[in-house]
Order: sequence, then C-alpha cells, then structure tokens
Amino acid sequence: MNKLYAARRRRNQIAMGLSLAATLVGLGWLVLILGALLWQGFSGLSLAVFTEMTPPPGSAGGLLNPIMGSLILTILAVLIGTPIGILAGTYMAEYGRYDRLTFIVRFINDILLSAPSIVVGLFIYEVMVAPMGHFSGLAGAVALAVIVIPVVVRTTEDMLLLVPNPLREAATALGTPRAVVIRQVCYRAARAGMLTGVLLAVARISGETAPLLFTALNNQFWSLDLNAPISSLPVVIFQFALSPYSDWQKLAWTGALIITLAVLALSIIARALAATRTES
Amino acid sequence: MADVALPVQSVSAVSTPSSRAKALDRLRMGDVGFRILTRAAAITVLVLLGAVIVSLIEGSLPALRAFGLNFLVEERWNPVTEKFGALAPIYGTLVTSVIAMAIAVPLGLLIAVFLTELCPKWLRRPIGIAIELLAGIPSIIYGIWGLFMFAPFLQQTLQPFLITVFGPVPGLSALFEGPPYGIGVLTAGLILAIMVLPFITSISRDVFDAVPPVLKEAAYGVGCTTWEVVRYVVVPYTRVGVIGGVMLGLGRALGETMAVTFVIGNAHRISVSILAPGTTISATIANEFTEAVGDLYTSSLIALGLILFVITFIVLAAARYMLLRIERRVG
Repeated sequence: MNKLYAARRRRNQIAMGLSLAATLVGLGWLVLILGALLWQGFSGLSLAVFTEMTPPPGSAGGLLNPIMGSLILTILAVLIGTPIGILAGTYMAEYGRYDRLTFIVRFINDILLSAPSIVVGLFIYEVMVAPMGHFSGLAGAVALAVIVIPVVVRTTEDMLLLVPNPLREAATALGTPRAVVIRQVCYRAARAGMLTGVLLAVARISGETAPLLFTALNNQFWSLDLNAPISSLPVVIFQFALSPYSDWQKLAWTGALIITLAVLALSIIARALAATRTES
Repeated sequence: MADVALPVQSVSAVSTPSSRAKALDRLRMGDVGFRILTRAAAITVLVLLGAVIVSLIEGSLPALRAFGLNFLVEERWNPVTEKFGALAPIYGTLVTSVIAMAIAVPLGLLIAVFLTELCPKWLRRPIGIAIELLAGIPSIIYGIWGLFMFAPFLQQTLQPFLITVFGPVPGLSALFEGPPYGIGVLTAGLILAIMVLPFITSISRDVFDAVPPVLKEAAYGVGCTTWEVVRYVVVPYTRVGVIGGVMLGLGRALGETMAVTFVIGNAHRISVSILAPGTTISATIANEFTEAVGDLYTSSLIALGLILFVITFIVLAAARYMLLRIERRVG
C-alpha cells in the first residue's frame, strides 16, 4: 500500500514537473525570438530607416516606401473589410440569431478565419490580377480585406451576443425601430469589443506576407499609385532577408523588429480594451 | 424581445396623421433596408468561400486536364519540360505537419495542465497572454528568426547529435541520413511546432476550464493526485474539445507559408531523411508563382493551392465540428 502510494506520488511529481518544464519552454521561445529581434534589429533602428527609400545593394537606405505601402494597404483593407464584417456580424447576432443561415455562416466564417493566407493570394490573383493584367496595390488591399472580414465578423457577433437583452427590450418598448436599436443601443454597448476586433484584424494583416506576394508584389521606388505594384514591409523583409547582401539583411531585421513591435502593441492594446469591457 | 411590433402611439412628436404615417413608413423602410443590408453582408461571407473554391478550380483546370489524377502521385516537378506532379510538396506538407504536431501537442497540453491545475491564480493571466503572444508574432518573423538564428543553431547542435545517436541504429538511420544542413524538413517542423503551440494551448486551457469543478473535487475527494485527476477526469471529459483544438492547430500547420519557405530549403524531392531539404505546397507557391512562365506552370501552382485548400478545409471543418460538440455539452 505504502509502495503504491509512493509510486503514485512520484508519477504525479514527474507529470507536474513536465508541465512546468513545458511552460518554461513555451515562454523561453517567446523570450528567444523577441531577444533575437531586439538584438539584431535594434542597432539598425535610426531616423534614416523612416525617412529614406529602400537602397540598392551595397548602399545605405531606409524603409520609408515599404512602411508607407504597408500603412496604405492596411488602412485600405480595414476600410473595405470592416463594414462588411460588422454588418455580417450584426445579422448573425441581431436579426438571424437562430437562423439556419447564421449557423452556416458561422461555420464557414470560422473556417475562413484559419484558412491558409496564401490561398487568399491565389484567389485574388485569379479574380483581380489576371483579368487586370498587372499586379496592383488595390489587389493587395482586397486580399488583406478578405483576411480582415472573418476576424471582424467573429468579434462583432461575439460582442453583440454579450449585450444584455433588457437593453434591447427597453429601447424597443420606447418604440424604437429595430435598426435604430441596433445602431444606437447595441453598437454603443459593444463598442469596445468591436474595436478590439478591428485592432486584432489590423494586427493580423500587418504581418501578412503570403497574400501580398502575387497581388501587391513589390516596388523598389516611391509609389502611392494603387493601380501599380506597391511596396510593403513584410514582402521587403522576405526579399531582403533571403538576399546575399548583409546590409539588406540588416534592414530586414530592422523591419522585422518594427512589425513585431507594432503587432504586439496592437494586440496588447486590444486585450486591454477587451479587459475594460468585461470589468465594467 | 424579438418580434415586438412597432407601437403606433410612440411617435407622438408628429402631429398630423398623414405625416405620422410617413415618418413611420420611413422608419420601417430603414429597418427593412438595414436588415437586408446585414443579411447581404452575411451572405457575402458564404459567397467569398464559394468564390475562392470556384476560382481555384477554374485556375487549376489546365493542369488537371493535362495531368489528370496523375498530378497527385507524380513526383517530378520540371518547369523546363513542363511536367508537373504534386507528390513532393504534398509529402513535405504532411511530414512537416506531423513533426510539428508530435512536438506541439504534448507540449501544448502540458502547458494547459500547468495553467489550469498548478499555476497560482495571479500568474495565470500573464503566462496565458505570453503564450498567446507567440500566436501574434507574424509568420515572417518566425521565418527570419528560423533562417538566421535557429537553423545555424540546429546545424551545430541537435542535428549532429541526432546523426551520431541514430546513425548506427538500423531502420532509424535512414531518417537522419546526410549532412546537417541546418535548414530542412526537421527545422521547418520545429518552427511550425512553436507556431501552432499557442493555438493548442489556449483551446485546451479553455476546455479544461470548462470541466465542472464538482467532478474534479469528487476525484480529489477520493484521494486522486493532480495527475490522476487530469488523466482520468479532465482529459476524458474534454477529449472532443482537445482533439478539435489539435485539428485547428493542424490546419494552421498545413497552410503556414512564410516561416516554412525560409527554412525548408525548397528542393522538389522526397527524401526519407528529415534532415534533408524538401518543400511544402505553400512554400512552392510562394517561391515560384511570380516567376512561373507559361499557363501550365501557373495552373499547376494553382492546382497545388486547390489541394492545400481542400486538405485544410476538411481538417478545419472537422475541428469546428468537434469544438461545436463540446460547446453544446458545456453550454
């Protein structure tokens, strides 16, 4: 009996030790990756990075055009994707909460949420780049918008479902039409959460590379023309990191650091927003 | 609350009956319009998926016509003679994902156990967030880190170690044959493991948390150790959900592009050794699509995309179905 007890205790200790070790390994990866980024990227961080164009190999330069390109693509993608996402989420949570359509859309949306982003690139290539005959910033923005939509749909629906029904009932009892109840009462109550969704979507797309490779392509020069190839930070990192030139690789690390800091800041802000919503 | 009819009396600010009716009409129209608008947006999501499938099928028709089902089992990938087969990328995709899951599943489950059973309450949130931040890091960052930091590290430590340990073992030696390049199938699998870890962890943690405390307390009450509670109460209760989470991670691993493209070496061949360079579906597309000349080449790459989409669709649909089942049980 005592022996059995000791064996069980030992097994328990081993299992718990392993789970502690697994957690340390997980946290260790995060520290390793962030540490490497800071170590490699921080030294390259200077004003020139934000004010100069991407250089030809062997000379100094910055990342102004890809940063600008990424900002434009991201903003455009959010402008296209967010309204569709919010409206779809609204239908699912408000009008058709128990619909068959809602059930199917939710299922499909969850699949789109984790579908491989490179397939989205192929899709946009087929429907926009090939018919238009050339790569364009617009195609890149639409590709990113396709990734934004499922994220926003999901958070909008979730957040609207959290709005307590008495709010809707009170507004409806005053004679307010359904559409006005949704826009003036439900959206207001769920505002923080919906904003979180948009921020998460921005965080998601600002590092996306695969869908841009053959939609927005890349551009070595300053260009704001949405009808032409446009440079973006992730694609430039991809190109520079795989190049044999050491100053290009250095710029790639700096770009990687900028993206990661931006993305992590966004997701932390989004979390903080979500936290205030649940506490209040 | 759903279907309260609009009471006519409520719009009292309007004076004459006709203008009141007009105002009401306007409100009703607005309501109907908004409803139609939102419904259209919801249907857009469905259309989007349909459009993805249709455009991929259309794009891959030339390749499918030229090679037929042979495309799936042909290893050759020769842009010069325009002979294409998808076997090597499919093989690479599956092998890297298997390696990733073999590492990430036990690790992710153990972290979830730590977070739900062992960790002090105040530490749970910070550690949970830190693990989830791993999911927030863009995949290109994993790629650049994998290429410049992780691959050289593996080349000098883990890979020579594996070669010397398993080299003399018959059967296993083929798996670890060849020089340690640093980049290759194993490296890609390891990077993927880190990337899918947060998905598995956060879903397992959520389903573990959903186990009714009474069940666990009962087990503790009859003298079970923490491990026994996890093993015989928590895991059986949440099995479906955990499998759903694992499949979700698998879906991610199968479709992951940039990180893999950096470290897999992009060689169109099937080698038994996991130290050798290989390729995956997504890496092939990312590397070759913009350089592809000729309709057949482009079409073959799109056909690869179609295969990837079909595989991930099945895996993700199964994952969602399982998660739905556990949600129903808990809710």
